[in-house]
Amino acid sequence: MSKAINKTLASYRWQLKGLLHLLLLCPLFYCVLAVVNGWWGGDPVQAIIHYLANSALNILVIALCLAPVSRKFKLPSLLAYRRLIGLYVFVYALLHLAAYLVIDLGLDWQLFWQENIQRPYIWLGMIAFVVLLAMSITSLKALQQKLGRRWLQLHGFVYPITLLVLVHFWWSLKSGWLEPVLYLVVVAGLFSLRKLQIQRWLGSFNNTNHTK
Amino acid sequence: MWLKFKRDWEEPESAVTPEALFKQRRNIIKGFGVAGAASLLPATGHAASWFGGDDEEPAAIVRRALNKTDIPPLHNDALTPEAKAISHNNFYEFGTAKDDPVKNSRQFNPNPWSFTIDGLVEKPLTLDLDDVMAKMALEQRIYRLRCVEAWSMVIPWVGFSLSDLLKQVKPLSSARYVAFETLYDPEQMPGQKSRFVGGGINYPYVEGLRLDEAMNPLSFMAVGMYGKTLPAQNGAPLRLVLPWKYGFKSIKSIVRIRFTDVEPPTTWNILSPHEYGFYANVNPKVDHPRWSQASERRIDDAGLLGRKRIDTEMFNGYGEQVAHLYKNMDLTRYF
Repeated sequence: MSKAINKTLASYRWQLKGLLHLLLLCPLFYCVLAVVNGWWGGDPVQAIIHYLANSALNILVIALCLAPVSRKFKLPSLLAYRRLIGLYVFVYALLHLAAYLVIDLGLDWQLFWQENIQRPYIWLGMIAFVVLLAMSITSLKALQQKLGRRWLQLHGFVYPITLLVLVHFWWSLKSGWLEPVLYLVVVAGLFSLRKLQIQRWLGSFNNTNHTK
Repeated sequence: MWLKFKRDWEEPESAVTPEALFKQRRNIIKGFGVAGAASLLPATGHAASWFGGDDEEPAAIVRRALNKTDIPPLHNDALTPEAKAISHNNFYEFGTAKDDPVKNSRQFNPNPWSFTIDGLVEKPLTLDLDDVMAKMALEQRIYRLRCVEAWSMVIPWVGFSLSDLLKQVKPLSSARYVAFETLYDPEQMPGQKSRFVGGGINYPYVEGLRLDEAMNPLSFMAVGMYGKTLPAQNGAPLRLVLPWKYGFKSIKSIVRIRFTDVEPPTTWNILSPHEYGFYANVNPKVDHPRWSQASERRIDDAGLLGRKRIDTEMFNGYGEQVAHLYKNMDLTRYF
């Protein structure tokens, strides 16, 4: 069974990637549809910002699932799709940030920088965004090879930024904590499945001369 | 000759949904197990909801027209379009997302309604709202509404002075504060039934004012907006409107008003005292810990991208009327 799936994943790569693009763009289409049709009320600014953020987070969780799933079901071909999915995390994070800057702050750059400095939950989000940006730029194949071990180190930052994003989420809520905690439980589960990889990543900063 | 003028808000008789069809539709919607399960999830910003329910249903409340005297506004602001003011609401009893109240309050029935005024008063009263509305001379007042989340609207309210109402019970000289309470009815208010929907707040929602604030001529009891009775999501049938304070002070769907000699607890202050004070006066110089209060996004008839931020004014521009209430007070401490 897994062999057949593997084969399909490998041989229809371009078609499946096309389909994946369409699927990952669905939240954006839904967002536009909801705003245009007034499903989110008379002033959907907050809804747009939160929806885009949640889309980024949901896709991040999906991306984090790929490695354990591919290991458990012996589907190495699945990993070929991880970069594409990861890039959409960045796309939605960028849209989330753009929505905040443009429709909430009305492109008031002074206020934007001021808020970035003064609000802990905003700079947590900003740190996560900058790391995501670096990961996205270095996802180019050529850079990937050039950076080698450094590339692995950089992309291992997906673990801490996932946690940062959850704190950013929790601190941004006016009341309640249930939703970020639900995400935290899922993320903790996913992290525990790759304890070894995380340990190895943390270790890579200690003895920088060590190569495997 | 008998002429009937059709007002612009009137729907033709032919547009009325037959009751049978309306009920049938409700049952179909209830039948969607998935939608039911999804509604258990917290509604903040449609989080976790790539599957939102977006059914349009007629509201349970029929809003009726009100006769009122127009009071000239204190500022020259353009009104927020009614469609926006009744579809963008903070009313956690009906859910935490801005569009939850309009969706989740369709079954809310505020008729009949009575409320109590008691505590340190000579004549405690339980009043029938219809009687009160018939007896009070209704006024229309156009007020700015500034939300603590840094957005604002300009709304024509219909109602009467809070002080005119409070004078009827003859407060005792020992009374120093007035406490307000929202209806507690989990059957009608899903946010009170489930912590997931209601944002984990302990209900009923409570608010309070110092007596002199309550007696200020600006303090207003609204029973309507845009010339009609209030819709459920805006606090039907009776709510407070305090234009110089952040919106959360203007408590909705009031069932009880109580005179006390100690500062009454207030819901958001209990929930997060370093973010929401008892006074909650609009003050551009005192930031909320998570965002600046120096400017605000005015919700007007401009589209999403055409909107500009405007500077927030001290006491929301009502300083002339209320600043004397806070003389000699450190407003960074008593925020």
